[in-house]
Amino acid sequence: MKHVISIEDFSRKDLDSLLAEADKMLSFVKKGKQLDIMKGKIMGALFFEASTRTRLSFESAMHRLSGSVIGFAEPASTSLAKSETIADTVKTISQYCDVIAMRSPFPGAAKLASEVSRVPIINGGDGSREHPTQTMLDMFTIKKEKGRLDDLHIALVGDLKYGRTVHSLCKAFQNYKKIRFTFISPKELAIPNEYKIGEYRETNKLELEDADVVYMTRIQKERFPDQTEYEKLKNIYRITPETMKTMKKDAIIMHPLPRVGEIDWHCDSDPRAVYFKQAFYGVPTRMAIIKMVAGGGN
Amino acid sequence: MMMVKHIENGTVIDHINAGKALEVLKIIGGPNSSITVIAINVLSTKHGRKDILKMEDVYIDKKKLDLISLIAPNATVDVIKNGKVAEKRQVKLPKEVSGVLKCLNPKCITNKPREPAVTKFIVKQNPLRLICAYCNKEFEGESLLKA
Ligand SMILES: [Zn+2]
Repeated sequence: MKHVISIEDFSRKDLDSLLAEADKMLSFVKKGKQLDIMKGKIMGALFFEASTRTRLSFESAMHRLSGSVIGFAEPASTSLAKSETIADTVKTISQYCDVIAMRSPFPGAAKLASEVSRVPIINGGDGSREHPTQTMLDMFTIKKEKGRLDDLHIALVGDLKYGRTVHSLCKAFQNYKKIRFTFISPKELAIPNEYKIGEYRETNKLELEDADVVYMTRIQKERFPDQTEYEKLKNIYRITPETMKTMKKDAIIMHPLPRVGEIDWHCDSDPRAVYFKQAFYGVPTRMAIIKMVAGGGN
Repeated sequence: MMMVKHIENGTVIDHINAGKALEVLKIIGGPNSSITVIAINVLSTKHGRKDILKMEDVYIDKKKLDLISLIAPNATVDVIKNGKVAEKRQVKLPKEVSGVLKCLNPKCITNKPREPAVTKFIVKQNPLRLICAYCNKEFEGESLLKA
């Protein structure tokens, strides 16, 4: 049984073929066509931690494959509130469905779930550790918008210390050639050493002149025990139409969303601002992921 | 070398890194009621100073030998029967350690009460690190043993 637990379980070959499948799905989505791949099948969407957009993106992907969805959107409405373990919840609900997409605040929960589940598990985020489907859709976005996944200069901006999307992206790009990273963050939120892989540069200035991909992240209030520290850093990086003038003509700006103040909405109409497209690409990417683990027949 | 009491049946662990004998003993779960000889900072012909442990009627399983290797990678283990060395064993750094150590990440699923997760750590060398297979957090080799 195949699961999607960690981006590190995927080789370049795996990722490339997954993204090729996502590209096929994209053409169907663009035509507004529904596929029959998951017809008669059910996805369990188990959100032990609320995340409206990840959940709806999974649900949309399942519906586009003609499947249906059961599940819950937050732990308050489940037996977890009555302190059932995650393992027991997963084991039980895996009796009712054909694939599970889950999210929890506990790192390692998805791996544990894969050990007890009757059906494939897709990790939709477990605590600070992993969010592999986000990384896959980020890569799909870069592939579609830049036409390649090798030979790129990627600037990662903001909270590089806690930002798991940033960490997973660094790991995933280990498999690709001629990748150069610029890590842009205040020193309090610097990238941990384990992600400084290959060619990179660190700075606290928003220098984007040379970047092909600018990946913005939100600086999260929850991360700071001291709120004055947060107030000091929250608006440290802000992309405005002025900033965009300094960027390459064919660069792209990405953001896992939701954004707070780090990208001025005046930038949205610039074709280089691809963050909403990125959300759009999430659906075909997750269709490909669902097909890969639960589509049968391939 | 200084002579310490011979044992008739049991285990002798030699070439323990100097000063680590008590930690090794803690891993083994001793001392118990049987005779235990602990020699600390003994002069060794090869490596300067070392510690030695001799334990009457104590035999050590592989899982614990693996753990000992995390703090005393050069240790040698002699199994003594009737006053003679019946078996010589070497500690070996395992690829992974499962079920004995506790993850130090309080949020890790393995620390959530009643979840049926058995801890598992991937062992990385130079320097020695243990990576939790669940939460992926990396720990210094010895920090988990002290917890
Ligand atoms: Zn852990």
